[in-house]
Amino acid sequence: MAGTDILLRGQHISRRWGGLLALNDVSIEVARGTVHAVIGTNGAGKSTLVNILSGEIPPSGGTVELLGQDVTHWTQPRRARAGLGRSYQRNTIYPSFSVLENCRLAAQASAQKPWALWQDARRCPASTAAALAAADRAGLAGVLQREAGLLSHGQKRQLEIAMCLATAPQVLLLDEPLAGMGAEETERMLALLDSLKATHAILLIEHDMDAVFRVADCITVMVNGGVIASGSPDFVRNSAEVRVAYLGEH
Amino acid sequence: MNDSKVSKAVFVALAFLALAAFPAVSGQYGLDLATKIMVFAIFALSLELLVGTTGLVCFGQAAFLGIGAYSTVLLSPPDQAGSVLWLLPAAMLLAGGYALAVGALSLRTKGVYFIMVTLAFAQMAYYVAHDTPLGGGTDGIYLLMKPGVGDWLDLDKPLVLYQFTLACLLVTFAFLALLGRSRFGRALAGIRVNEQRMRATGFSTYPYKLAAFVISGALSALAGFLFAVKGGYVNPELMGWHVSGEVLIIVILGGLGHLRGALIGAFAFALLQEFFKSEAIFGEFAKHWHLGLGLTIIASVALLPRGLVGVPGQIAARLHGTALGEASSAAKAGGSHGGH
Repeated sequence: MAGTDILLRGQHISRRWGGLLALNDVSIEVARGTVHAVIGTNGAGKSTLVNILSGEIPPSGGTVELLGQDVTHWTQPRRARAGLGRSYQRNTIYPSFSVLENCRLAAQASAQKPWALWQDARRCPASTAAALAAADRAGLAGVLQREAGLLSHGQKRQLEIAMCLATAPQVLLLDEPLAGMGAEETERMLALLDSLKATHAILLIEHDMDAVFRVADCITVMVNGGVIASGSPDFVRNSAEVRVAYLGEH
Repeated sequence: MNDSKVSKAVFVALAFLALAAFPAVSGQYGLDLATKIMVFAIFALSLELLVGTTGLVCFGQAAFLGIGAYSTVLLSPPDQAGSVLWLLPAAMLLAGGYALAVGALSLRTKGVYFIMVTLAFAQMAYYVAHDTPLGGGTDGIYLLMKPGVGDWLDLDKPLVLYQFTLACLLVTFAFLALLGRSRFGRALAGIRVNEQRMRATGFSTYPYKLAAFVISGALSALAGFLFAVKGGYVNPELMGWHVSGEVLIIVILGGLGHLRGALIGAFAFALLQEFFKSEAIFGEFAKHWHLGLGLTIIASVALLPRGLVGVPGQIAARLHGTALGEASSAAKAGGSHGGH
Protein backbone atom coordinates (compact mmCIF):
# COMPACT_ATOMS: atom_id res chain seq x y z
CA MET A 1 0.00 0.00 0.00
CA ALA A 2 1.25 3.44 -0.77
CA GLY A 3 2.18 5.25 2.43
CA THR A 4 0.15 8.34 1.67
CA ASP A 5 -3.04 6.31 1.20
CA ILE A 6 -2.94 4.74 4.61
CA LEU A 7 -5.42 6.55 6.81
CA LEU A 8 -5.37 4.25 9.82
CA ARG A 9 -2.41 2.31 11.09
CA GLY A 10 -2.06 0.21 14.21
CA GLN A 11 1.44 -1.00 15.02
CA HIS A 12 2.45 -3.76 17.40
CA ILE A 13 -0.74 -3.42 19.37
CA SER A 14 -1.14 -5.59 22.41
CA ARG A 15 -3.73 -5.69 25.14
CA ARG A 16 -3.69 -7.54 28.43
CA TRP A 17 -6.70 -8.26 30.61
CA GLY A 18 -4.98 -9.34 33.80
CA GLY A 19 -3.18 -12.52 32.89
CA LEU A 20 -4.94 -12.89 29.55
CA LEU A 21 -3.18 -11.59 26.47
CA ALA A 22 -6.17 -10.58 24.34
CA LEU A 23 -4.08 -8.99 21.59
CA ASN A 24 -0.50 -9.87 20.87
CA ASP A 25 1.61 -7.63 18.65
CA VAL A 26 -1.06 -6.94 16.05
CA SER A 27 -0.26 -4.54 13.23
CA ILE A 28 -2.80 -3.42 10.68
CA GLU A 29 -3.15 -0.77 8.00
CA VAL A 30 -6.25 0.54 6.30
CA ALA A 31 -5.90 2.57 3.11
CA ARG A 32 -8.32 4.91 1.42
CA GLY A 33 -10.38 3.23 -1.25
CA THR A 34 -10.09 -0.21 0.29
CA VAL A 35 -11.98 -2.55 2.56
CA HIS A 36 -9.70 -4.30 5.01
CA ALA A 37 -11.56 -7.18 6.61
CA VAL A 38 -10.59 -8.76 9.91
CA ILE A 39 -11.86 -12.29 10.42
CA GLY A 40 -11.41 -14.80 13.17
CA THR A 41 -13.27 -17.04 15.53
CA ASN A 42 -15.09 -15.67 18.56
CA GLY A 43 -12.56 -14.53 21.12
CA ALA A 44 -9.87 -13.99 18.51
CA GLY A 45 -9.52 -10.35 19.57
CA LYS A 46 -11.26 -8.62 16.65
CA SER A 47 -13.54 -6.42 18.73
CA THR A 48 -10.71 -5.63 21.15
CA LEU A 49 -8.68 -4.47 18.17
CA VAL A 50 -11.50 -2.22 16.94
CA ASN A 51 -12.01 -0.87 20.45
CA ILE A 52 -8.34 0.06 20.65
CA LEU A 53 -8.25 1.58 17.18
CA SER A 54 -11.34 3.66 17.95
CA GLY A 55 -9.99 4.76 21.33
CA GLU A 56 -12.61 3.04 23.41
CA ILE A 57 -9.94 1.21 25.37
CA PRO A 58 -6.22 1.97 25.57
CA PRO A 59 -3.67 -0.53 24.32
CA SER A 60 -1.21 -2.14 26.70
CA GLY A 61 1.42 -1.61 24.03
CA GLY A 62 1.76 -0.34 20.48
CA THR A 63 0.62 2.77 18.65
CA VAL A 64 -2.32 3.95 16.60
CA GLU A 65 -1.99 6.49 13.79
CA LEU A 66 -4.94 8.26 12.21
CA LEU A 67 -4.41 10.36 9.09
CA GLY A 68 -0.69 10.37 9.77
CA GLN A 69 -0.99 11.54 13.40
CA ASP A 70 -0.17 9.50 16.45
CA VAL A 71 -3.53 9.26 18.24
CA THR A 72 -2.60 6.53 20.71
CA HIS A 73 -3.35 8.78 23.67
CA TRP A 74 -6.32 10.58 22.17
CA THR A 75 -9.75 10.02 23.62
CA GLN A 76 -12.41 8.30 21.58
CA PRO A 77 -14.45 11.48 20.96
CA ARG A 78 -11.34 13.30 19.75
CA ARG A 79 -10.54 10.50 17.32
CA ALA A 80 -14.12 10.54 16.12
CA ARG A 81 -13.98 14.27 15.49
CA ALA A 82 -10.71 13.78 13.63
CA GLY A 83 -12.40 11.49 11.13
CA LEU A 84 -12.81 8.04 12.64
CA GLY A 85 -16.32 6.64 12.51
CA ARG A 86 -17.36 3.32 13.98
CA SER A 87 -20.43 1.18 14.14
CA TYR A 88 -21.11 -1.47 16.73
CA GLN A 89 -21.88 -5.16 16.63
CA ARG A 90 -25.18 -4.48 18.36
CA ASN A 91 -27.51 -1.66 17.36
CA THR A 92 -26.63 1.54 19.15
CA ILE A 93 -29.18 3.77 17.53
CA TYR A 94 -31.49 6.01 19.54
CA PRO A 95 -34.82 4.20 19.22
CA SER A 96 -36.99 7.06 20.42
CA PHE A 97 -35.54 9.47 17.85
CA SER A 98 -36.54 9.57 14.21
CA VAL A 99 -34.05 8.46 11.57
CA LEU A 100 -33.31 12.10 10.77
CA GLU A 101 -32.84 12.97 14.44
CA ASN A 102 -30.41 10.09 14.88
CA CYS A 103 -28.33 11.33 11.97
CA ARG A 104 -28.61 14.96 12.99
CA LEU A 105 -27.42 14.23 16.50
CA ALA A 106 -24.42 12.42 15.06
CA ALA A 107 -23.76 15.32 12.68
CA GLN A 108 -23.84 17.77 15.57
CA ALA A 109 -20.86 16.06 17.12
CA SER A 110 -18.56 17.67 14.61
CA ALA A 111 -19.94 21.16 15.28
CA GLN A 112 -20.81 21.11 18.96
CA LYS A 113 -22.28 24.18 20.57
CA PRO A 114 -23.24 23.02 24.04
CA TRP A 115 -23.57 26.59 25.24
CA ALA A 116 -26.29 27.30 22.66
CA LEU A 117 -28.96 26.33 25.16
CA TRP A 118 -31.73 28.00 23.22
CA GLN A 119 -30.96 26.90 19.72
CA ASP A 120 -33.50 24.36 18.57
CA ALA A 121 -31.60 21.28 17.40
CA ARG A 122 -33.91 21.05 14.38
CA ARG A 123 -32.90 24.52 13.23
CA CYS A 124 -29.28 23.82 12.51
CA PRO A 125 -28.96 23.88 8.71
CA ALA A 126 -25.45 22.43 8.59
CA SER A 127 -26.30 19.45 10.80
CA THR A 128 -29.57 18.83 9.00
CA ALA A 129 -27.88 18.92 5.60
CA ALA A 130 -25.20 16.48 6.77
CA ALA A 131 -27.86 14.23 8.29
CA LEU A 132 -29.96 14.22 5.13
CA ALA A 133 -26.94 13.43 2.98
CA ALA A 134 -25.87 10.59 5.27
CA ALA A 135 -29.34 9.08 5.43
CA ASP A 136 -29.66 9.33 1.67
CA ARG A 137 -26.32 7.65 1.11
CA ALA A 138 -27.25 4.83 3.48
CA GLY A 139 -30.51 4.30 1.63
CA LEU A 140 -32.79 5.70 4.31
CA ALA A 141 -34.11 8.76 2.51
CA GLY A 142 -37.58 7.27 2.39
CA VAL A 143 -37.91 6.74 6.14
CA LEU A 144 -36.47 9.95 7.53
CA GLN A 145 -39.34 10.67 9.88
CA ARG A 146 -39.84 7.11 11.08
CA GLU A 147 -38.89 6.35 14.66
CA ALA A 148 -35.68 4.39 14.61
CA GLY A 149 -37.04 1.78 16.99
CA LEU A 150 -39.67 0.86 14.42
CA LEU A 151 -37.23 0.19 11.58
CA SER A 152 -36.51 -3.31 10.32
CA HIS A 153 -33.29 -4.92 11.51
CA GLY A 154 -31.60 -4.26 8.18
CA GLN A 155 -32.63 -0.61 8.24
CA LYS A 156 -31.31 -0.28 11.77
CA ARG A 157 -27.93 -1.54 10.57
CA GLN A 158 -28.10 0.95 7.71
CA LEU A 159 -28.87 3.66 10.24
CA GLU A 160 -25.77 2.66 12.20
CA ILE A 161 -23.75 3.36 9.05
CA ALA A 162 -25.68 6.55 8.33
CA MET A 163 -24.87 7.87 11.80
CA CYS A 164 -21.20 7.19 11.13
CA LEU A 165 -21.40 8.96 7.78
CA ALA A 166 -23.10 11.99 9.33
CA THR A 167 -19.91 12.73 11.23
CA ALA A 168 -18.04 13.01 7.90
CA PRO A 169 -15.43 10.37 8.71
CA GLN A 170 -12.56 9.33 6.49
CA VAL A 171 -12.11 6.00 8.18
CA LEU A 172 -14.94 3.61 9.02
CA LEU A 173 -14.63 0.81 11.56
CA LEU A 174 -17.59 -1.47 10.99
CA ASP A 175 -18.15 -4.21 13.53
CA GLU A 176 -20.30 -6.95 12.00
CA PRO A 177 -22.62 -4.72 9.97
CA LEU A 178 -24.22 -7.81 8.40
CA ALA A 179 -25.06 -9.53 11.68
CA GLY A 180 -28.59 -10.96 11.68
CA MET A 181 -29.42 -9.79 8.17
CA GLY A 182 -31.43 -11.67 5.57
CA ALA A 183 -30.19 -12.23 2.02
CA GLU A 184 -31.82 -9.15 0.55
CA GLU A 185 -30.65 -6.89 3.35
CA THR A 186 -27.14 -8.31 3.05
CA GLU A 187 -27.06 -7.48 -0.64
CA ARG A 188 -28.18 -3.95 0.09
CA MET A 189 -25.50 -3.52 2.75
CA LEU A 190 -22.78 -4.94 0.52
CA ALA A 191 -23.78 -2.50 -2.21
CA LEU A 192 -23.55 0.29 0.36
CA LEU A 193 -20.09 -0.84 1.49
CA ASP A 194 -18.98 -1.03 -2.11
CA SER A 195 -20.12 2.52 -2.74
CA LEU A 196 -18.46 3.79 0.44
CA LYS A 197 -15.17 2.19 -0.46
CA ALA A 198 -14.44 4.80 -3.07
CA THR A 199 -14.32 7.62 -0.55
CA HIS A 200 -13.38 5.95 2.73
CA ALA A 201 -10.91 3.59 4.30
CA ILE A 202 -12.98 0.78 5.76
CA LEU A 203 -12.03 -1.74 8.41
CA LEU A 204 -14.63 -4.48 8.39
CA ILE A 205 -15.16 -7.12 11.04
CA GLU A 206 -17.46 -9.79 9.74
CA HIS A 207 -18.35 -13.45 10.15
CA ASP A 208 -20.10 -13.84 6.79
CA MET A 209 -17.22 -15.26 4.76
CA ASP A 210 -18.98 -15.00 1.42
CA ALA A 211 -19.52 -11.31 2.00
CA VAL A 212 -15.98 -10.77 3.23
CA PHE A 213 -14.41 -12.41 0.20
CA ARG A 214 -16.70 -10.38 -2.05
CA VAL A 215 -15.98 -6.90 -0.73
CA ALA A 216 -12.58 -7.06 0.92
CA ASP A 217 -9.39 -5.94 -0.77
CA CYS A 218 -7.30 -7.18 2.09
CA ILE A 219 -8.04 -9.72 4.81
CA THR A 220 -6.37 -10.17 8.17
CA VAL A 221 -6.99 -13.44 9.97
CA MET A 222 -6.76 -13.48 13.74
CA VAL A 223 -6.53 -16.41 16.08
CA ASN A 224 -6.05 -16.20 19.86
CA GLY A 225 -5.20 -12.50 19.79
CA GLY A 226 -2.59 -12.75 17.09
CA VAL A 227 -2.45 -12.39 13.31
CA ILE A 228 -1.80 -15.62 11.46
CA ALA A 229 -2.21 -14.28 7.93
CA SER A 230 -2.81 -10.98 6.18
CA GLY A 231 -3.07 -10.27 2.49
CA SER A 232 -5.32 -10.40 -0.52
CA PRO A 233 -8.44 -12.60 -0.47
CA ASP A 234 -6.70 -15.07 -2.77
CA PHE A 235 -3.67 -15.23 -0.52
CA VAL A 236 -5.83 -15.85 2.55
CA ARG A 237 -8.00 -18.37 0.74
CA ASN A 238 -4.93 -20.35 -0.25
CA SER A 239 -3.09 -20.06 3.04
CA ALA A 240 -2.62 -23.50 4.56
CA GLU A 241 -2.32 -22.03 8.04
CA VAL A 242 -5.66 -20.23 7.69
CA ARG A 243 -7.36 -23.30 6.34
CA VAL A 244 -6.21 -25.29 9.35
CA ALA A 245 -6.72 -22.71 12.04
CA TYR A 246 -9.84 -20.97 10.87
CA LEU A 247 -11.58 -22.71 8.03
CA GLY A 248 -11.29 -26.04 9.79
CA GLU A 249 -9.56 -27.92 7.02
CA HIS A 250 -6.78 -30.44 7.57
CA MET B 1 -47.06 19.22 15.74
CA ASN B 2 -48.76 15.82 15.98
CA ASP B 3 -51.83 15.03 18.08
CA SER B 4 -49.78 13.68 20.95
CA LYS B 5 -47.67 16.81 21.22
CA VAL B 6 -50.74 19.03 20.98
CA SER B 7 -52.50 17.14 23.78
CA LYS B 8 -49.38 17.39 25.96
CA ALA B 9 -49.11 21.14 25.31
CA VAL B 10 -52.81 21.62 26.01
CA PHE B 11 -52.51 19.66 29.26
CA VAL B 12 -49.59 21.79 30.43
CA ALA B 13 -51.32 25.04 29.43
CA LEU B 14 -54.50 24.04 31.26
CA ALA B 15 -52.52 23.01 34.33
CA PHE B 16 -50.83 26.39 34.53
CA LEU B 17 -54.09 28.21 33.90
CA ALA B 18 -55.73 26.22 36.68
CA LEU B 19 -52.87 27.10 39.02
CA ALA B 20 -53.18 30.76 38.07
CA ALA B 21 -56.91 30.70 38.81
CA PHE B 22 -56.60 28.60 41.96
CA PRO B 23 -56.28 31.48 44.50
CA ALA B 24 -59.70 32.75 43.41
CA VAL B 25 -61.36 29.63 44.76
CA SER B 26 -58.94 28.60 47.46
CA GLY B 27 -58.73 29.33 51.12
CA GLN B 28 -55.53 30.03 53.02
CA TYR B 29 -54.80 26.36 53.65
CA GLY B 30 -55.19 25.45 49.98
CA LEU B 31 -53.02 28.36 48.92
CA ASP B 32 -50.33 27.32 51.35
CA LEU B 33 -50.47 23.69 50.24
CA ALA B 34 -50.38 24.58 46.54
CA THR B 35 -47.38 26.85 47.12
CA LYS B 36 -45.57 24.02 48.88
CA ILE B 37 -46.41 21.62 46.06
CA MET B 38 -45.17 24.05 43.41
CA VAL B 39 -41.88 24.41 45.30
CA PHE B 40 -41.53 20.64 45.25
CA ALA B 41 -42.51 20.60 41.57
CA ILE B 42 -39.57 22.92 40.80
CA PHE B 43 -37.35 20.67 42.89
CA ALA B 44 -38.63 17.62 41.00
CA LEU B 45 -38.08 19.34 37.65
CA SER B 46 -34.48 19.98 38.62
CA LEU B 47 -33.99 16.28 39.29
CA GLU B 48 -35.88 15.30 36.15
CA LEU B 49 -33.15 17.03 34.14
CA LEU B 50 -30.65 14.61 35.64
CA VAL B 51 -32.62 11.39 35.98
CA GLY B 52 -35.15 11.57 33.18
CA THR B 53 -33.28 13.59 30.58
CA THR B 54 -29.65 12.61 31.15
CA GLY B 55 -30.02 9.24 32.83
CA LEU B 56 -28.06 10.22 35.94
CA VAL B 57 -29.72 8.89 39.08
CA CYS B 58 -28.66 11.47 41.66
CA PHE B 59 -29.45 10.56 45.24
CA GLY B 60 -28.15 13.75 46.75
CA GLN B 61 -30.40 16.40 45.28
CA ALA B 62 -31.47 17.57 48.73
CA ALA B 63 -28.02 19.08 49.28
CA PHE B 64 -28.65 21.65 46.56
CA LEU B 65 -32.12 22.38 47.92
CA GLY B 66 -30.64 22.87 51.37
CA ILE B 67 -27.79 25.05 50.18
CA GLY B 68 -30.28 27.24 48.35
CA ALA B 69 -32.43 27.51 51.45
CA TYR B 70 -29.56 28.09 53.89
CA SER B 71 -27.94 30.64 51.56
CA THR B 72 -31.19 32.57 51.43
CA VAL B 73 -31.43 32.75 55.20
CA LEU B 74 -27.75 33.32 55.92
CA LEU B 75 -27.33 36.00 53.27
CA SER B 76 -30.50 37.87 54.26
CA PRO B 77 -29.89 41.04 56.30
CA PRO B 78 -31.04 40.49 59.90
CA ASP B 79 -32.81 43.79 60.30
CA GLN B 80 -34.45 44.37 56.94
CA ALA B 81 -35.88 42.46 54.01
CA GLY B 82 -33.25 41.34 51.52
CA SER B 83 -33.71 41.83 47.82
CA VAL B 84 -34.87 38.89 45.74
CA LEU B 85 -32.84 40.35 42.89
CA TRP B 86 -29.56 39.37 44.48
CA LEU B 87 -30.55 36.79 47.11
CA LEU B 88 -32.04 34.41 44.58
CA PRO B 89 -29.12 34.55 42.09
CA ALA B 90 -26.68 34.24 45.00
CA ALA B 91 -28.45 31.13 46.31
CA MET B 92 -28.49 29.58 42.85
CA LEU B 93 -24.87 30.50 42.25
CA LEU B 94 -23.71 28.94 45.52
CA ALA B 95 -25.65 25.73 44.92
CA GLY B 96 -24.44 25.68 41.33
CA GLY B 97 -20.87 26.05 42.57
CA TYR B 98 -21.34 23.19 44.98
CA ALA B 99 -22.90 21.13 42.18
CA LEU B 100 -19.88 21.90 40.03
CA ALA B 101 -17.53 20.50 42.67
CA VAL B 102 -19.71 17.48 43.45
CA GLY B 103 -20.40 16.78 39.80
CA ALA B 104 -16.77 17.10 38.79
CA LEU B 105 -15.94 14.23 41.12
CA SER B 106 -19.07 12.11 41.12
CA LEU B 107 -19.50 12.09 37.34
CA ARG B 108 -16.29 10.10 37.09
CA THR B 109 -18.29 7.20 38.46
CA LYS B 110 -21.24 5.38 36.95
CA GLY B 111 -24.37 3.50 37.99
CA VAL B 112 -24.69 2.54 41.60
CA TYR B 113 -21.35 4.19 42.45
CA PHE B 114 -22.68 7.51 41.16
CA ILE B 115 -25.76 7.09 43.32
CA MET B 116 -23.62 6.38 46.37
CA VAL B 117 -21.17 9.22 45.77
CA THR B 118 -23.93 11.79 45.33
CA LEU B 119 -25.58 10.49 48.49
CA ALA B 120 -22.28 10.77 50.34
CA PHE B 121 -21.80 14.39 49.27
CA ALA B 122 -25.34 15.23 50.33
CA GLN B 123 -24.79 13.62 53.72
CA MET B 124 -21.60 15.65 54.09
CA ALA B 125 -23.59 18.83 53.50
CA TYR B 126 -26.22 17.58 55.93
CA TYR B 127 -23.66 17.02 58.70
CA VAL B 128 -22.02 20.38 58.09
CA ALA B 129 -25.38 22.00 58.79
CA HIS B 130 -26.21 19.54 61.56
CA ASP B 131 -22.98 19.54 63.52
CA THR B 132 -21.66 23.07 63.15
CA PRO B 133 -23.04 26.38 64.38
CA LEU B 134 -22.94 27.74 60.82
CA GLY B 135 -26.63 27.27 60.23
CA GLY B 136 -27.85 27.03 63.80
CA GLY B 137 -26.98 23.35 64.17
CA THR B 138 -29.85 20.94 64.72
CA ASP B 139 -32.17 23.81 65.67
CA GLY B 140 -31.89 25.42 62.28
CA ILE B 141 -32.29 29.12 61.65
CA TYR B 142 -35.13 31.53 61.06
CA LEU B 143 -35.61 33.97 58.23
CA LEU B 144 -36.79 36.96 60.18
CA MET B 145 -37.51 39.30 57.29
CA LYS B 146 -38.79 37.76 54.09
CA PRO B 147 -37.15 39.11 50.95
CA GLY B 148 -38.87 41.11 48.26
CA VAL B 149 -38.26 43.84 45.72
CA GLY B 150 -39.17 47.15 47.33
CA ASP B 151 -42.93 47.70 47.45
CA TRP B 152 -43.36 45.88 44.17
CA LEU B 153 -42.86 42.36 45.42
CA ASP B 154 -43.52 41.44 49.03
CA LEU B 155 -43.05 37.71 49.51
CA ASP B 156 -44.38 37.98 53.06
CA LYS B 157 -47.86 38.06 51.55
CA PRO B 158 -49.09 34.50 50.86
CA LEU B 159 -50.82 35.41 47.61
CA VAL B 160 -47.76 37.22 46.29
CA LEU B 161 -45.57 34.29 47.28
CA TYR B 162 -47.98 31.93 45.53
CA GLN B 163 -47.89 33.96 42.34
CA PHE B 164 -44.13 34.36 42.48
CA THR B 165 -43.72 30.60 43.00
CA LEU B 166 -46.05 29.92 40.09
CA ALA B 167 -44.02 32.28 37.90
CA CYS B 168 -40.81 30.48 38.96
CA LEU B 169 -42.40 27.13 38.15
CA LEU B 170 -43.51 28.37 34.74
CA VAL B 171 -40.08 29.78 33.95
CA THR B 172 -38.38 26.57 35.13
CA PHE B 173 -40.71 24.43 33.05
CA ALA B 174 -40.29 26.61 29.95
CA PHE B 175 -36.52 26.72 30.42
CA LEU B 176 -36.27 22.94 30.64
CA ALA B 177 -38.64 22.47 27.70
CA LEU B 178 -36.46 24.73 25.56
CA LEU B 179 -33.36 23.00 26.85
CA GLY B 180 -34.78 19.63 25.85
CA ARG B 181 -35.20 20.77 22.26
CA SER B 182 -31.81 22.43 22.03
CA ARG B 183 -28.66 20.82 20.73
CA PHE B 184 -27.51 20.59 24.33
CA GLY B 185 -30.72 18.84 25.33
CA ARG B 186 -30.58 16.40 22.45
CA ALA B 187 -27.03 15.54 23.42
CA LEU B 188 -28.20 14.85 26.98
CA ALA B 189 -30.94 12.60 25.62
CA GLY B 190 -28.37 10.79 23.53
CA ILE B 191 -26.20 10.30 26.61
CA ARG B 192 -29.16 8.84 28.48
CA VAL B 193 -29.91 6.32 25.74
CA ASN B 194 -26.37 5.32 24.85
CA GLU B 195 -23.39 7.22 26.17
CA GLN B 196 -20.94 4.85 24.49
CA ARG B 197 -22.41 5.68 21.11
CA MET B 198 -22.27 9.40 21.86
CA ARG B 199 -18.57 9.15 22.58
CA ALA B 200 -18.00 7.10 19.44
CA THR B 201 -19.81 9.81 17.49
CA GLY B 202 -17.48 12.49 18.82
CA PHE B 203 -19.22 13.91 21.86
CA SER B 204 -17.10 14.40 24.94
CA THR B 205 -19.92 13.50 27.27
CA TYR B 206 -18.40 14.56 30.58
CA PRO B 207 -18.79 18.35 30.10
CA TYR B 208 -22.39 17.86 29.02
CA LYS B 209 -23.19 15.82 32.10
CA LEU B 210 -21.38 18.30 34.32
CA ALA B 211 -23.30 21.22 32.82
CA ALA B 212 -26.57 19.37 33.39
CA PHE B 213 -25.53 18.66 36.97
CA VAL B 214 -24.77 22.33 37.64
CA ILE B 215 -28.00 23.54 36.05
CA SER B 216 -29.91 20.97 38.07
CA GLY B 217 -28.20 22.09 41.29
CA ALA B 218 -28.99 25.74 40.59
CA LEU B 219 -32.64 24.94 39.88
CA SER B 220 -32.84 22.98 43.12
CA ALA B 221 -31.55 26.08 44.87
CA LEU B 222 -34.42 28.04 43.36
CA ALA B 223 -36.75 25.58 45.09
CA GLY B 224 -34.64 25.95 48.24
CA PHE B 225 -34.98 29.72 48.12
CA LEU B 226 -38.74 29.44 47.85
CA PHE B 227 -38.84 26.81 50.59
CA ALA B 228 -36.95 29.10 52.97
CA VAL B 229 -39.10 32.10 52.13
CA LYS B 230 -42.31 30.15 52.46
CA GLY B 231 -41.51 28.49 55.77
CA GLY B 232 -39.34 31.26 57.19
CA TYR B 233 -37.21 28.55 58.72
CA VAL B 234 -34.64 26.00 57.59
CA ASN B 235 -33.03 23.11 59.42
CA PRO B 236 -30.62 20.32 58.46
CA GLU B 237 -33.43 17.85 57.78
CA LEU B 238 -33.97 19.68 54.52
CA MET B 239 -30.72 18.11 53.30
CA GLY B 240 -31.42 14.63 54.67
CA TRP B 241 -31.29 11.58 52.44
CA HIS B 242 -35.03 11.08 52.82
CA VAL B 243 -35.66 14.38 51.02
CA SER B 244 -33.47 13.19 48.14
CA GLY B 245 -35.45 9.97 48.18
CA GLU B 246 -38.79 11.78 48.20
CA VAL B 247 -37.99 13.86 45.17
CA LEU B 248 -36.76 10.77 43.34
CA ILE B 249 -40.08 9.08 44.15
CA ILE B 250 -41.93 12.13 42.86
CA VAL B 251 -40.12 11.96 39.53
CA ILE B 252 -40.66 8.21 39.18
CA LEU B 253 -44.28 8.43 40.31
CA GLY B 254 -45.00 11.14 37.74
CA GLY B 255 -43.17 9.39 34.92
CA LEU B 256 -39.48 9.48 34.11
CA GLY B 257 -38.45 11.44 31.05
CA HIS B 258 -41.39 13.83 31.08
CA LEU B 259 -41.36 17.36 32.42
CA ARG B 260 -45.08 17.18 33.08
CA GLY B 261 -44.40 13.96 34.97
CA ALA B 262 -42.46 15.95 37.56
CA LEU B 263 -45.42 18.33 37.92
CA ILE B 264 -47.96 15.55 38.19
CA GLY B 265 -45.72 13.58 40.53
CA ALA B 266 -45.30 16.54 42.88
CA PHE B 267 -49.04 17.09 43.11
CA ALA B 268 -49.84 13.39 43.42
CA PHE B 269 -47.22 12.83 46.12
CA ALA B 270 -48.30 15.83 48.20
CA LEU B 271 -51.99 15.05 47.86
CA LEU B 272 -51.39 11.42 48.81
CA GLN B 273 -49.51 12.64 51.86
CA GLU B 274 -52.42 14.88 52.81
CA PHE B 275 -54.85 12.05 52.21
CA PHE B 276 -53.08 9.51 54.40
CA LYS B 277 -52.40 12.11 57.09
CA SER B 278 -56.10 12.98 57.31
CA GLU B 279 -57.51 12.07 60.72
CA ALA B 280 -60.98 12.75 59.37
CA ILE B 281 -60.54 9.76 57.06
CA PHE B 282 -58.17 7.45 58.88
CA GLY B 283 -58.68 8.44 62.50
CA GLU B 284 -55.94 7.14 64.77
CA PHE B 285 -54.30 5.28 61.91
CA ALA B 286 -53.43 8.63 60.31
CA LYS B 287 -50.28 8.78 62.44
CA HIS B 288 -49.03 5.77 60.41
CA TRP B 289 -49.46 7.69 57.17
CA HIS B 290 -46.02 6.57 55.90
CA LEU B 291 -47.35 3.04 55.63
CA GLY B 292 -50.31 3.95 53.44
CA LEU B 293 -48.19 6.27 51.31
CA GLY B 294 -45.49 3.66 50.88
CA LEU B 295 -47.90 0.93 49.85
CA THR B 296 -49.57 3.26 47.38
CA ILE B 297 -46.25 4.17 45.81
CA ILE B 298 -45.22 0.52 45.56
CA ALA B 299 -48.54 -0.27 43.87
CA SER B 300 -48.15 2.70 41.52
CA VAL B 301 -44.68 1.68 40.44
CA ALA B 302 -45.81 -1.92 39.91
CA LEU B 303 -48.99 -1.07 38.03
CA LEU B 304 -47.89 2.08 36.22
CA PRO B 305 -44.48 1.34 34.74
CA ARG B 306 -44.48 4.64 32.85
CA GLY B 307 -45.72 6.63 35.81
CA LEU B 308 -48.86 8.72 36.03
CA VAL B 309 -48.20 10.34 32.65
CA GLY B 310 -48.56 6.91 31.11
CA VAL B 311 -52.05 6.34 32.51
CA PRO B 312 -53.94 7.74 29.48
CA GLY B 313 -51.84 5.53 27.20
CA GLN B 314 -52.55 2.48 29.32
CA ILE B 315 -56.27 3.22 29.35
CA ALA B 316 -56.29 3.76 25.59
CA ALA B 317 -54.43 0.50 25.10
CA ARG B 318 -56.98 -1.33 27.21
CA LEU B 319 -59.86 0.27 25.35
CA HIS B 320 -58.40 -0.68 22.00
CA GLY B 321 -57.54 -4.16 23.18
CA THR B 322 -53.85 -3.56 22.60
CA ALA B 323 -51.33 -5.39 24.68
CA LEU B 324 -49.73 -3.10 27.22
CA GLY B 325 -46.27 -4.08 26.16
CA GLU B 326 -46.92 -3.08 22.58
CA ALA B 327 -48.39 0.22 23.64
CA SER B 328 -45.45 0.96 25.90
CA SER B 329 -42.84 0.12 23.32
CA ALA B 330 -44.64 2.06 20.62
CA ALA B 331 -44.97 5.06 22.88
CA LYS B 332 -41.33 4.81 23.82
CA ALA B 333 -40.31 4.55 20.21
CA GLY B 334 -42.50 7.52 19.51
CA GLY B 335 -40.23 9.87 21.36
CA SER B 336 -41.91 10.02 24.71
CA HIS B 337 -38.65 10.78 26.45
CA GLY B 338 -37.86 14.40 26.74
CA GLY B 339 -41.45 15.36 26.06
CA HIS B 340 -43.37 17.85 28.08
